[in-house]
Amino acid sequence: MDRFLQYAVTGLSAGSLYALVALGLVLIYKSTRVLNFAQGELATVGTFAAFALVSRDQPFAVAFPLALLVGAAAAVLFYFGALAPAQKKGATLLGQVILTIGLALILQGVVVYLFGTEPERMPFPLSDSDAKRIGPLYVSELSLGTLGAGIAGCLVLYLVVQRTRLGLAMRAVSENLLAAQTLGIPTRRVLAFAWGAASALGVLAGLFLAPALLLDPFFMLDPFLKGFAAAVLGGLSSLPGAVVGGLLLGTAESLAGAYLGIEFKKTLAFLVILAVLLVRPEGLLGKEFKERV
Amino acid sequence: MDLVESYRQDLRFAPGRVTRVLLGATVLLAAVLPLAGPPAWTVRGILIAITAIGVLGQNLLIGYAGQISFGQVGFLAIGAYSFAHLMAAGTPWPLAMVAGGLAAAAAGVVVGFPSLRLKGPYLAIATLGFGIAVYQILANVAAISGGRTGMSIPALTAPFGLPRTSWMYCVALGLLLLFAVATANLVSSYAGRALMAVRDSEIAAESMGVNLTSTKLLAFALSSFYTGVHGALFAQFLGHLEPELFNLNEVLIQFVAITVGGLASVEGSILGSAFVILVPALFGSARWAVPVFFGAAILGVLIFEPGGLAGRLRKARLYLERWPFK
Repeated sequence: MDRFLQYAVTGLSAGSLYALVALGLVLIYKSTRVLNFAQGELATVGTFAAFALVSRDQPFAVAFPLALLVGAAAAVLFYFGALAPAQKKGATLLGQVILTIGLALILQGVVVYLFGTEPERMPFPLSDSDAKRIGPLYVSELSLGTLGAGIAGCLVLYLVVQRTRLGLAMRAVSENLLAAQTLGIPTRRVLAFAWGAASALGVLAGLFLAPALLLDPFFMLDPFLKGFAAAVLGGLSSLPGAVVGGLLLGTAESLAGAYLGIEFKKTLAFLVILAVLLVRPEGLLGKEFKERV
Repeated sequence: MDLVESYRQDLRFAPGRVTRVLLGATVLLAAVLPLAGPPAWTVRGILIAITAIGVLGQNLLIGYAGQISFGQVGFLAIGAYSFAHLMAAGTPWPLAMVAGGLAAAAAGVVVGFPSLRLKGPYLAIATLGFGIAVYQILANVAAISGGRTGMSIPALTAPFGLPRTSWMYCVALGLLLLFAVATANLVSSYAGRALMAVRDSEIAAESMGVNLTSTKLLAFALSSFYTGVHGALFAQFLGHLEPELFNLNEVLIQFVAITVGGLASVEGSILGSAFVILVPALFGSARWAVPVFFGAAILGVLIFEPGGLAGRLRKARLYLERWPFK
C-alpha cells in the first residue's frame, strides 16, 4: 500500500506539469481553434531565458518572472505577427496548424544557435535529492515544489478566467467571436492575452521540469507530447478537463512504470490518445463534437 | 488557355504543345544533369527524387483529400522495415519494394478508420499518436528493428557496369516519374475528383453520391502506399536502418515541403522536396539556421503566397501567356 501511495504521489507531481502544458494547449484551442505545436518550444525559450539569467548570477526571484514574460511575449508576438494576418486572409485549419509548426522550427533553431545542443544542468533553489518525510511517504523538495507550482498555476488561471472582466471577455470570445466583436470586446487583444497566458503556463512547467531533467533545446518535446495526450484525455475544449487529464495521466504513468515495466510507461500516453479518440473523441469532460450527415 | 470541350479532353495528360516541350526538357535535364555533374549532385538528386515520392503521397492525403495526418513517419518506418526484412530473406528488390508499399497501405487503411469519425484537429492528434507508437515499438522491440546495431541492407548490383549511385538515381528518378504521372492522372479521374469533393464539403460530396467511407480509406491507402515505397527507397539508399531515423522531425520536414511547394499540386510536391533537400546544403555547417529558414519560409508562404512555389509557377505561366496584356 505504501509503495502504491509513493508512486501515486510521484505521479501526481509529474501530472501537475502535464496539466500545465495541457492547460496551455486547451486555452489556445478554445480561444483560437488552433492546435499549438509550438507550445513545447515556447516553454523551452522561456526556460532558457531563466537559465541565462541565473547563470549570470541573477536571483531566482528575478529570473523566473522574467522567464514567464519572455515566453508570453514570444507567443503574443507570434499571434500579432503571423497568426492574426493569416487568419485575416482566411487561412484554413491546416494552414494555422502549419504556422505553429513554423514557429516551433524558428524557436528551435534560435535556441540551438544561442545555447548549443550540449545538455546543461539548471541551477534551482529546490533540491531533487533532499526528501521530506510525510507520514509513510518520502517526497523530494522538488516534487513538492512542482505540485505547488501546478496548483498555483491552475488556481491563478481559474481566478483570471472566472472572476475578472478579462476572463469574462475571454469566455465570450471563445463562445462566439462575431458576437463578442459586435459588443465591442477588443477580441484580438483578448486572444493575444490567451496566447501569452498559455505560453506562460508552458514556461512554468518547463522551469520545474528542467532541474529534474537535463536542459537541452529538445527537452520539452516529450513533456509536450504528454501534455497533448492529457489535453485529449480531458477533452480539448475543457479547461478543468486538462487538469483532470494531466493528473490522471501522470498517476497512471507512474503506476504503470512501477507495476508493468518501464517500456509500458513510455508508450502509455500514446495508447491513451488512440483509445480516447476511438471511444470518446470529445474526452472525459469535453462537450461539442455532434455533427451528423 | 485552350478551351476544354469534352470530359475526354479534360482527362488528357499534359495538354498543349508548349507544356509537352517544357516537360520533356525538364525530364531530360533531370536525367542528365545529376549524372554528368559531380557525385554530390547525384546523391542530392537521389534524395530529392525519393523524398518527392513520399511528399506526393502526403499531398494526396492532405492537399487533395483534406485529411490532416501527422502519422506519415509511421508508414515510412513500416515500408522501410518490411523492405529490409524481405531483402534479408532474399526477395528481389522490386518485389520487396512493392511489398513494402503494400504493407504500409494496409496500415494506412487501419489508421484510416478513425478518419471516418474524427475531423480536423482530432484526426491530426490520432495520427500523431500512431506515428509515435510505431517509433516506440521499433525502439523497444529488437526483433523488428534489429536492436541497437540496426539493420543493414545489401546495395543493389548495377547492370551495364554503371556506378552504384548512378543506378540508384535512375531507379529513384524512374519511380518518381511513374508516381508523378500516376498522381496527375489520378487527380483528374473520378477517384481524384471524389477526394477533392470530400475535402471541400463532406455533406455535399455524399449527397452527390460519393461514398465517404471508401473515398477516405482510398486516400489513406494510396498515400501510405507512396510513403511505404518512399521508405523502401530510403532504406535502400541509406543501406542501414535504425529507429532513430523515424522521429517526429521527419514529419515536420514533409510539412515544410508540402507548404513551400504548394498544397494539392504535383509539381509543387517535387519543388518542395527539392527545397527541403537543397536548403540544408546551402547552409553547410550552420545547422541551426536550417530550422529557422524552414520556419520563416513556412510563415512567409502562408501569409503572402498560400499557393506556394507551384502557385508562383502558375501565375508566372499565366503572365507569360497573356503578355503583353495583364
